[in-house]
This record gives sequence, C-alpha cells and structure tokens, in this order.
Amino acid sequence: MELIRPDTRFDFVGKRKITIWISAAVILISLGSIFLRGGLRYGVDFAGGILLQIKFSKTVDISEVRNALEAIGSKDAMVQRFGGENEFLIRVKKTSGDLEEMSKTIQTSLQGQFKDKSLEIRRAEVVGPKVGKDLKRKALWAVGLSFLGILIYVAFRFHEFAYGFGGIVALFHDIIVTYGAISIFNLEYSLSLLAVILTIIGFSINDTIVIFDRVRENIKKMRKEDLETIFNVSINETLGRTILTSGTVMTVVLILFFFGGAVIHDFTTALIVGLITGTYSTVYVASPVVLFWERNVSRTKKRNR
Amino acid sequence: MLLDGLCLLFPRAKKGSWFHFVSLPAVGRDVEKELCMLRSLKWKFVLYAAISLFAILLLLPTLTSELPQWWTKIFPSEKIHLGLDLQGGMHLILEVESEKAVESYVERIKNNLKDDLKDRGIPAGKVEREKKDQIILEVSGEKGKWEKLLSERYSIMQELSSSEIGGGIWRIGLVLDSKQADHIKKNAIDQALETIRNRIDQFGVSEPEITLQGTDRILIQLPGIKDPHRAINLIGRTALLEFKLVDEEGDIEAALKGNIPEGDIILYQRSVDPKTGGVKKIPYLLKEKTLMTGEVLKDARVSLDSQFHEPYVALEFDDIGAKLFEQITGANVKKRLAIILDNNVYSAPVIQERIAGGRAQITGRFDTKEAGDLAIVLRAGALPAPVKIIEERTVGPSLGQDSIQKGMISTLISAVLVVFFMIFYYRVSGIIADVALILNIVLTLATLAIFRATLTLPGIAGLVLSVGMAVDANILIHERIKEELRWGKTPRAAIDQGYHRAFVTIIDSNLTTLIAGVLLYQFGTGPVRGFAVTVCIGILANIFTAVYITRWIFDFITLKLGVKRLSI
Repeated sequence: MELIRPDTRFDFVGKRKITIWISAAVILISLGSIFLRGGLRYGVDFAGGILLQIKFSKTVDISEVRNALEAIGSKDAMVQRFGGENEFLIRVKKTSGDLEEMSKTIQTSLQGQFKDKSLEIRRAEVVGPKVGKDLKRKALWAVGLSFLGILIYVAFRFHEFAYGFGGIVALFHDIIVTYGAISIFNLEYSLSLLAVILTIIGFSINDTIVIFDRVRENIKKMRKEDLETIFNVSINETLGRTILTSGTVMTVVLILFFFGGAVIHDFTTALIVGLITGTYSTVYVASPVVLFWERNVSRTKKRNR
Repeated sequence: MLLDGLCLLFPRAKKGSWFHFVSLPAVGRDVEKELCMLRSLKWKFVLYAAISLFAILLLLPTLTSELPQWWTKIFPSEKIHLGLDLQGGMHLILEVESEKAVESYVERIKNNLKDDLKDRGIPAGKVEREKKDQIILEVSGEKGKWEKLLSERYSIMQELSSSEIGGGIWRIGLVLDSKQADHIKKNAIDQALETIRNRIDQFGVSEPEITLQGTDRILIQLPGIKDPHRAINLIGRTALLEFKLVDEEGDIEAALKGNIPEGDIILYQRSVDPKTGGVKKIPYLLKEKTLMTGEVLKDARVSLDSQFHEPYVALEFDDIGAKLFEQITGANVKKRLAIILDNNVYSAPVIQERIAGGRAQITGRFDTKEAGDLAIVLRAGALPAPVKIIEERTVGPSLGQDSIQKGMISTLISAVLVVFFMIFYYRVSGIIADVALILNIVLTLATLAIFRATLTLPGIAGLVLSVGMAVDANILIHERIKEELRWGKTPRAAIDQGYHRAFVTIIDSNLTTLIAGVLLYQFGTGPVRGFAVTVCIGILANIFTAVYITRWIFDFITLKLGVKRLSI
C-alpha cells in the first residue's frame, strides 16, 4: 500500500515565510493567555493545598456538597464535578496553617453530614507549600539538563551546531504551545501534565531527528542542490512515515481520551495538542531554523550556494 | 564456530568502528557473507528465543497468581510493583523538626544547671533559655565558684558573653556547641526514622517503605491502607509521655488569668463527650519540672478494666524507671501526679501510697482501637522531635482499581487497533512488526519486574511514549525497505539497505530520547523518575525488538525460506 506517492513534491520549507507568522502568532497567543491569566493554574501538586476526590453511592447535588463545606467554614474550598455520576473534586488552595488537620476535619464532617449517602473518599492529597516549590524546581532542573543533553548529542551526531539548535528551538516551540493550550483550556497544571510535557519532548525530538537524518543522508547524495531543496526532498521522502507514525500515535491518544476515564482527561487533552505541534514544528520550526543558521550564521555557507 | 560468534556479535562491523557502517555505501552481497548470515541465523534464533522466553517467564507471576509451588522455587516470583496511585494506599512525607530536639536538649541542660547552682549554693537570678540553643543566666557571689561549675560540667555550652551588670551580678550568655547541635539533629532524625519504622511494624502493614529523603525528610509508603487517619495519628504523634506533679498550693483561677506562679505551667485535659462530640477542656496547674518520661518504659499493653470493662493502657517500667517511680510516689503521697502525653493531661490520680514494682496505667475514655494504638506508640517510644506532615497522598483502593481497569481497556483497544493497522498496511511484514511490538511491551514489563521498579501513572505515560517510538521504528524500517524496492532493488538488497539506513535514524532518535530519559531519572524526583524509568527500559527494548528481532525474521524468510517477493 502506498499512502504517499513516491513523486510527491510539496514545497514545505518554501512556505516558511508564511508559517513563521503562524508559529509566532500561536506562541504569542500561548504566552498571552498564560500572561493574562496570571500564570498557569497550578494544581495542589505544585501550589500546595488540599485535594479530595469523593464519591457518593446515591445522587447528590453539587450545591449540597458546597453547603456542607460552607457549614464547616471552608470558604476557600472549590467543588467540581468529576468524571462519574456522583463524584466530586474538592480543592482547597491554602498554604498556611495545619493543612493535615484541615483535611481531616473536612473529611470527618463530610462523612458525618452525608452518612446516608455512603460517601467514599477515593483520593486525599495534602501538599505543603515547600514540597510544591521543591517539585517545581527539581522538575525544571531535570528538563533543562535533558535539553542540554539533547543539544550536545544532536550537535555531535550531525557535526553541526545548527541541527541541535534547530531541534531545541522546536522543543521550546512545542512546550510553549502546549503550556498555552493548558492555559487556554484552563487545565490544572499537575504532575500528570508534567509527564505530558516530558512525553512531548520525547516525541518532538524523535520526529525532528528522523527528518534531519534524511537531510544528512541527502546532503551526500545531492551535492549540487541547495539546502532548501534538500530539506524539501527529505521531508517529502519521509512524509509517509510522518503521517503513519503521527496518525497511529494520535489514534492511541484519542482512544485514551475517550476511554481512559476522567483521571487522564487533562493528560490526553494536552498530549493531543503536543503531538500536533510536535509534528508541525519539525517541518516548520526546526528545519527553517537550520536553514537560517546555515545561510546566515554558519561558515559553511559556500556549499549551499 | 568462532566465525559464527563474530557474525552474531558484529553482523555488519566488519571494517572499523561501530559508527563506520553509517558512512559506508551499500555493501555488495558476496558468498562469504551469505554463508556467515545463514550460520548466524541459527545462533541468533537461540539467543533471541532465550531472551524472549526468559522475559515471558519473568512476567508470568504478574499475570497470574496461580503458579504451582515448584515454579516459584525455580523462577523469580517478582511481580510488577504498582505505584500507590494505581494500587491504592498512602504516601506521606514527614519533616522532622530537628531544631526542636536541640531546643529540648538545651532546656534539659538549663534545668540541670538550675539544680546544680542551687546545690552548690551559688546565688542565681534568672536562668533562662533563649532562642533555641542559648542559655542566659545571672549569678552573683564568688566568681571562681560558678566558673568552675560551668567549665567542669557544662563544657558543651560555649560562653557567648559575660559581663557584670552591677551589684556583683554577672550576666552570662551560653550557646550550645554547633557541632554538638548538628549531632543532636542528626541523631533525632535517625531515631525518628527508627521509631516510626517500629510503630509501622507493630501496626501491621504489608510491604511498607520507610526511607530518609534528603537530610530531614522521611518518606513513607503504605500500600493498601484502610484507615489513613488512624495511620497518620499513629505515625505523626510525638508520644512524649511525662509525669508531673500538680501544684496543689497554686491558684488555678489566678493562673488562668495570666498570673502563673514561678516554675508552673498550665496544661489541659481534653475529654470528648461520646454522645455530643463536644470537647471539654479541664485546666491543670502543674509543676513545670518533669519527674519522669516514657524513656524508662519497658512495655505498654491494653488491658480491660474489670469493673467498667473500659480499656486502659497498662505501663511497665524498666528497673531504673521502677526505682524512680517508687521514689517519686514515696516522696509525694497524697499529692496528685499528672500523666501527660504530648502536652495533654490524661489523668491526675492522687498518690495513695508508695508504689513499688514499676507499674502504672493510663486511663481515659478510649475505645479498644485507640488504646491499642496508644500502646503501640508508647512501646515504640517517643519521637525525639515532633514531625510535620508536609505531603500526604492517599488513593482509595477503588480509585486505583478504576485507573487500572480503564487503562487496561484503552490499552487493549489501542493495541488491537495498532496491530490490525500494521497488518492491513504492511501485510505479512506487518505481522513481523506486530511480533516486535508485543515483544517490546513484554520485555519492558519483564525488566520492570526483575528490577523491582515501580509502575506509576506517569510510568504508563512513559510506556505510551516508548510504544509510540517502537511503532515509529517499525514504520521507519518498512517505509525504507519499500523505498529501496521501488528503486528496483532485490528483496535481499532492499532489506539490507532498508535496515542499514533506518538503523541510523532509529539509533539517533532513540539515543536522544534515552539521553533525555537518563538525565530525567538522574535529576528528577518521584513522578518524573517513574516516567523516565519506563522510557529508558522501553527504548532499550525497542532497539532490540524493532531492529534485531524483526531483522532476524526478515532474514529467515528470505534466506532460509527463499521467499523472493516481499509482502510489504
């Protein structure tokens, strides 16, 4: 079976004058949304506070839960429907006082007030503010260092700083856009969304390297052509693979989105955005960056003229 | 034989280094090579089959719990360890407030110093602890006397300042040696870890994990715990048991208004009315000095009151404690002795007579569970410093079950979809790819099992990434072989070239991700690590299955079975 005909010749990188504006606009919207909303909506994991997931065996209205919480004076508590029929999430964003004691008070008094509805506490999280800060800092370090590792490896394997740089720029693009999506969809930034970011880094760099590899191969074959043509040929030659891989992975993620349950709903939403931007960025961010660098910055210009 | 081995180990690296083949043009087929490959095919089969079988063996305990007895004796019976987010249970991080241990140490020194000054007849004004590690004292009289006392018995405290404030009174500031303070802190943390371990052991949790994290944090993982509040109560309680005398002469009313007599403190007895749930607090005016602590306990057990059938905790002191208790009770007959736990008065019975034999009891309105837990904490001993819970994550068993179930369903659906898609698109070659994909997952999970790594929700995300990369590796190879066929190559040459070229790409992309994974593991914490582990293992499995296993199958069907047209 052939998905893409062998003689396909789309002018991908030629469109970069247009796509650079698309990328810029998307990044602006992403940063703008994050900025306007005053940063990401950090979950209990990072911000500190209390999170309770409760489930009743009988029908309970959300207002009943709210009233019950107000009755014990938890005014900062936010209640939200979650997943199944009578399941709720309660969040208290508070960073001072005895959180543990407060969590206990809320739990016992809810259990008292909904005695006949057989309340089940499915999840209880209490995170002190210090812990959240530590987590944030350590995660940032880990991601930063892995970027550095990627940059060094790619620059080494391609004998050219430009490729490593292009890959990293594409990674930044993808991460900013994904964070933008997290902000626009008002998802709560928690540990599982951090895992999404890590996954997207993996997919994005993988996608970029596949095409760079083909470029490296074609540079040797097509000595007379300029780099732009070589990029175009390479992207076209690997187009079948790009569509197949991205399509397969996207299908899997969509299945997770529809059947995976509420717990991973935010997770899959962010992943879908990340996959799209990860595939896009290889063609329209990483490749143009390399082209730009090789033309304007690198000393090996002569070969490409 | 030797040639076989070489072919097996270095199938392509006939000349030069590992990376050499990257720049080599297509290697022509020659007879020698064909022979070599045919022979190595057999050896590779033995090796690959052994690895695959071993992986399946490792996975069996996870898949079924009904393995025969002889099986578990011969083969490893490690199951895949599920994280608390999947299994249900409680995850706690405690911070040991080790500064408090220093504080109470200095407090004790201060009390000793007070007594010593009195014993030696040195007139002293105030003797007070300042900040957490300093003592300020005002003394008068003969200078040599108190200087001798301080240098002889309190060399652990360094002199900060010393000046005459007039009227022959000297004010001296002392500070605890900082090395000593560090030592006390470290001791407190070690002891807290040990004590908590003891308490959890006695509480009875299967496979608890209690480890030190960083310098002053304790990580506790309790899988499958049913009553998280009870566990927290048991673990987090300081359990400092103290015996103090009630100040019978002091005026409690005046004290409550703020006029506390010198050397006294006010503590409360909390009693909860079982019917209304209201809390009543009864104040006690106590002598500040602690006569005895729980350190001298030998045992603590729950007993039932024969009259009211109410549970109480029976205490038994060790030899030193028994003697001390006898002395204390003998000297204070008809006075009230308060039994205090973590600054709560439990009871304050009147001492009727001198009590020998080293026994006492704590009564209160306990139910049997509470009394049992109290006995556990008393037996395990007090924490040397209070602990603060800075992180708690509890997942009920039903939620973990839900997560697993939903994860299973969606994984199954996507697995079936991917498998059929590969067959639909690549025909027979698709089946080869599917074999590699399934083997990849089996290998990854088996490795998790044998290394006792924990599978968490972020770990599953890592698994998704590595399976995605495995699909990609197969697609890369297949697309490349197709391309080569299109250019008019024979199937053999196309396979050779296809693997040749795709291998470079697969290595590059997988190694890059692997480098990122290793760094994430090295520098990340908890969830980031859980993710990194499955990614790293998955990628290694991927290189093996997608490149080597599928290559063997392709070689087998073209060389051995002599298939001349590829169904791809």
